[in-house]
Amino acid sequence: MGYFLLRRTVGFVLTLLAVSIVVFAVMNVLPGDPALTILGIEASEEALDALRRELGLYDPVHVRYLDWVSGALVGDFGRSHSFRVPVSELIVERLPLTVSLALAGMAVTVVLALAMGIGAAANHRKPGDWGVMFLSQIGIAVPSFWLSILLVLLFAVTLRWLPPGGFPGWSDPVAAIRALVLPTAALALVQAAVLARVTRSSALEVMRLDYVRTARAMGYSRQRVLWRHILPNALVPIVTIVGLQFASLVTGTIVIENVFYLPGLGRLIFQSIANRDLPTVQALVMLFATIVVTVNFIVDVLYVLIDPRLKARR
Amino acid sequence: MRRLPVNLILGATLVALVAGMALVSLVWTPHPHALMNIGARFAPASDVHWLGTDQLGRDVVSQLMVGARNSMAVAFIAVLIGASLGVTLGLLASALGGWIEDFVMRIADIGFAFPTLLFAIMLTAVFGPSLNIAIAAIAFINIPVFARVARASANQIWTRDFVMAARAAGQSRFAISRDHILPNIAAPVIVQMTIEFAVAILAEAALSYLGLGAQPPSPSWGRMLSEAQTLMYLAPQLAIYPGLCIVVAVLGFSLLGDGLRDVTDPRLVRNRA
Repeated sequence: MGYFLLRRTVGFVLTLLAVSIVVFAVMNVLPGDPALTILGIEASEEALDALRRELGLYDPVHVRYLDWVSGALVGDFGRSHSFRVPVSELIVERLPLTVSLALAGMAVTVVLALAMGIGAAANHRKPGDWGVMFLSQIGIAVPSFWLSILLVLLFAVTLRWLPPGGFPGWSDPVAAIRALVLPTAALALVQAAVLARVTRSSALEVMRLDYVRTARAMGYSRQRVLWRHILPNALVPIVTIVGLQFASLVTGTIVIENVFYLPGLGRLIFQSIANRDLPTVQALVMLFATIVVTVNFIVDVLYVLIDPRLKARR
Repeated sequence: MRRLPVNLILGATLVALVAGMALVSLVWTPHPHALMNIGARFAPASDVHWLGTDQLGRDVVSQLMVGARNSMAVAFIAVLIGASLGVTLGLLASALGGWIEDFVMRIADIGFAFPTLLFAIMLTAVFGPSLNIAIAAIAFINIPVFARVARASANQIWTRDFVMAARAAGQSRFAISRDHILPNIAAPVIVQMTIEFAVAILAEAALSYLGLGAQPPSPSWGRMLSEAQTLMYLAPQLAIYPGLCIVVAVLGFSLLGDGLRDVTDPRLVRNRA
């Protein structure tokens, strides 16, 4: 186990290193003058020169890369050109909204998917099963931003139950939660469609095993066998997919925040593109990629913790 | 002959529908798709405009048809590029083995750290928004996917007797990869391509919706939706049709992919629920 953890940790650090090189290379080494991108073609040569100096563009590439990485490690991502504050301040300010959205989305996804998937497996080859399979097949094909628009049309425009977008801030918790209901639903429904299928097939596989029949023969109720005996053993593939989904959920928030005009990191990234604010974009892309890599790493480790059989095999 | 699976037939039908829309749009649309007619803005569905007109009086059906063409073209080009590069890498990794194989696959792993959207955001920040950026981002994300599929399938073929025979006959690793491995991994690669088409159509729609893909005036389902979103109180119907098109296209390709897999990989049929 120790060796396995060590190997995975080294792999994790190396992956992050490689990711940071890719991000830096794409944003800095590809042809194009960041100073020109930021100031526009009508800028004077002196202004361009000053900005190139400020950005350290006259330094050799590897020096700039090391500066950036060593700064990022201690939370210093440079200054945002458009907001005129350190990028880290922007991130701290907007992170809570994005994290709340992602966590709420994940929670709803898991609850919904487990209920649908186990329910479908319990009703295998009955209308309930077909219904879930049909919904999940459709759900996989529905883009989250279109689902958002449909939800807004129904619940905000027609019924007027919930706000169509925007965020009032955390000072009024009820208004804040009301503003997050539709974004969370849009995020979760699409992901739940995928997870419900995995849950169903995983549960169906476990259901065929002998010990399940034994448990039933011993007189345990269907419900008890389902939740106490089948679900725990069906969890291994589910956890893997949940981890992978959390990554896509986090990037999903980028889309959803833009649909609902929520002032989180996803909205910030688009404002920064529009403002040609390259240091901010670079920091945020690295942050999102780091989240994806970190979650995958955690899932890899959890996977072994949940299923001791895998530990023995490695 | 065995009966074709339902998902294959349904998927093929939906794909044919969208592909038909796209192909017909090359020679004919009910109206010129970019023709504005402010007098007829927000026209309801009628004999003249089958699904009505948008905020500039443009015919919705014509725009959806041209949108289908753009969507399919982006998906096709991006997946083709990603698949060619990915399969080549996968074949190379499998043929050479050893540390080269490990190295290529580790590089592929790094590709998985970048969701399409993130990669498109990076490229757009540097080069500005354009459809080519969207294509490049989708293509890039497909490379590791196909490298994995190709390597995994190729590794199985390398153990077969006919490959042994070819090696014994003195054929080089590259020639074997080309003549014997590639044809034998075509089925899983084609299945994966079909599924990735669905993913690419979704990705293109999302990128265009966010302004990172097709630029005006080129019609795109994603951009039609982002324009419609600002008009939801005035003309909610405009927010419905492009979304339906996306769902039909994505559903079609993913069902077709599932169906093709069921047909080409008989081992799976037994497990099918």
